[in-house]
Amino acid sequence: MSAEAVAEEQIIRPRKGLVELQLGELWRYRELFGFLAWRDILIRYKQTYLGVAWAILQPVLTVAVFTVVFGRFAKMPSNGAPYEILVLAGLLPWQFFQNAITESSSSLVVSARIISKVYFPRLIIPLSAVVSGLLDAVISVGLLLVLMPIYKTPYRPQLLLLPVFFGLAFLAACAAGIWFSALNVRYRDVRYIVPFIARLGMYVSPVGYLWHNRSMPEFWRFLFGMNPIAGVIDGFRWCILSQNEGIYWPGFIAGNLLTVLLIFGGLFYFRNTERTFADLV
Amino acid sequence: MKSASPNSYAISVRGVGKKFHLGGGAAHDTLRDQLTAMLKGRGGRKSNDFWALQDVSFDVPPGQAVGIVGRNGAGKSTLLKIMSRISDPTDGEIRVRGRMSSLLEVGTGFHPELSGRENIYLNGAILGMRHAEIRKKFDAIVAFAEVESFLDTPVKRYSSGMYVRLAFAVAAHLDSEILIVDEVLAVGDGAFQAKCLQKMDEATSRAGRTVLFVSHNLAAVQRLCTRGIYLENGKLRADGPMSTVLESYQRALDSTSVAPDGSSQNALKPGEARFVSWELIGAKGEEKHSCPTASLCEFRIRLRSRADLKDATLGFVLWNGQSEIVVAGNTVSNHMPLLEIGEGDYEIIVRVRLPVRAGLYQLDVSLNSKTHGQIERGFMEPKLNILPPETTLPEKWQGLLTEPLEFDIQPATP
Repeated sequence: MSAEAVAEEQIIRPRKGLVELQLGELWRYRELFGFLAWRDILIRYKQTYLGVAWAILQPVLTVAVFTVVFGRFAKMPSNGAPYEILVLAGLLPWQFFQNAITESSSSLVVSARIISKVYFPRLIIPLSAVVSGLLDAVISVGLLLVLMPIYKTPYRPQLLLLPVFFGLAFLAACAAGIWFSALNVRYRDVRYIVPFIARLGMYVSPVGYLWHNRSMPEFWRFLFGMNPIAGVIDGFRWCILSQNEGIYWPGFIAGNLLTVLLIFGGLFYFRNTERTFADLV
Repeated sequence: MKSASPNSYAISVRGVGKKFHLGGGAAHDTLRDQLTAMLKGRGGRKSNDFWALQDVSFDVPPGQAVGIVGRNGAGKSTLLKIMSRISDPTDGEIRVRGRMSSLLEVGTGFHPELSGRENIYLNGAILGMRHAEIRKKFDAIVAFAEVESFLDTPVKRYSSGMYVRLAFAVAAHLDSEILIVDEVLAVGDGAFQAKCLQKMDEATSRAGRTVLFVSHNLAAVQRLCTRGIYLENGKLRADGPMSTVLESYQRALDSTSVAPDGSSQNALKPGEARFVSWELIGAKGEEKHSCPTASLCEFRIRLRSRADLKDATLGFVLWNGQSEIVVAGNTVSNHMPLLEIGEGDYEIIVRVRLPVRAGLYQLDVSLNSKTHGQIERGFMEPKLNILPPETTLPEKWQGLLTEPLEFDIQPATP
């Protein structure tokens, strides 16, 4: 793909056993990576009447519904924080994660045509699908920054650490995207599993409520906290609200370890099944 | 096989094979299928193995243009896919020296919602061009495709001709040392095909460029390539100068068209008939399936019959590449009497003048009976190849018909 490849010799032979990750190759194809993410962003809102406004409308409507249902009707505690901001802080990483796994899990199957006609490292496809969700996330952060003063929530210096927690959500999304996209090529069951996770995950993760003070057995608390997105949501609230409940460290650490394990496991699984994609997809 | 010294190849293919599992092997689409298959055990799956390619070896020295010919399913596309790293070989090894691009179709990754401009960048990137490279060639691509005024229109509003022109234009501006091309020229109208051929000509004649080219358009293959490789049933049948390889391919085509299923004439059951082969009368050698446009074509079609018909009619249809009927007729519309077709071989002569665009045309002949309906219909291979006209007219003004116009100019009388 690049000029430096001129003199090198490529050897094509059956790949047997464990294949190395070859992340360097991914770097050489970074431009294509960017182009695919750019394409996904361009086509996402083409032929929609409201266009990018959807990126604002979706969180606004969800926040409104959650605030009414959890805050007003169910009277869930908010530690004195405005419920709207509390929900938006949870919704922001969750919505990114949800979009990312939905888009990336189907990405390889949707790109079947390209896969069977052109070679490039296939990892680019699910990863660029995750990356293309960043724009929506940035818009949501903008929305948050606008709403905070309206709901009398002062900006805190901790806000600067938001990208760190966002990075953790990004890694979790990549892990899920790599696994689901590769599994989807062979097992179309994934098509049913992912929407299920996307729908239930919203309630299993503390998007619409605070959870530290709920009474539950320690084992269940740990399991609940091990959800990487639960940890990220805690982190977001810690950055945004002074009335936060802090971070539940045992779950946070276990959850992120799980993410790292899933990423490496996923990379190996992906690389080792990649050779069959063009024949199966 | 010619062997090159180890340092003088651009591509070296050694013992390459590709095995597919038929039926059960690939059908494990859901977990349940796989679980059921595991419960049933894996016995019996081996019999479903199918070698799409087996023990293929050849070297291509830098700068050579190689044409790969063979029937559908002979393994040509599988070979190109392995060379382009899209699918893995089961056996063997391929070494490639230099920057390689493969064009297995035009317009890969084109998105209907995106504009022409956006698609040029996207498609270029997918084909392996760098951003700076695409920007540099952008104007040339647009000019070649002749879509200047539609650059910001989504390509879903393009006519199919414009779409194909744009797609080919991007591909035509790839400049890598090794180019792998599959059937790309089978698109577009005759005039654009000619333009593409010319572009391919430039590409292959440029010094140092290695080209591997698969096409059913034998005339194009012959024009572009000096060396031929002929695949049959996944195996390499012939390798040598293009003309020799084409000859043996043509021979194989002619002989097997007697009975496409590999059986002999005896396989014809009583009551059956088959269109066996065709050629142009007066043409010879490789030319017997091609003729210049606007000439009178005299088709000789051979029919082998074990039928016993007293009320037969014959039909003849010529299709173009866009599946449109160019010309059609039958013995009834020609007010001919019903034919008697018994056992034996028949020669059917059809004469028609074809002032049509250059390109490949499909012969479609049929034998019918007033009482029994259709007895046989044959889509004849190879296709008729109409060669371009000798004209000074620029390509974009060449119409559907190549009929010359007559002009007569004089002062008007009041």
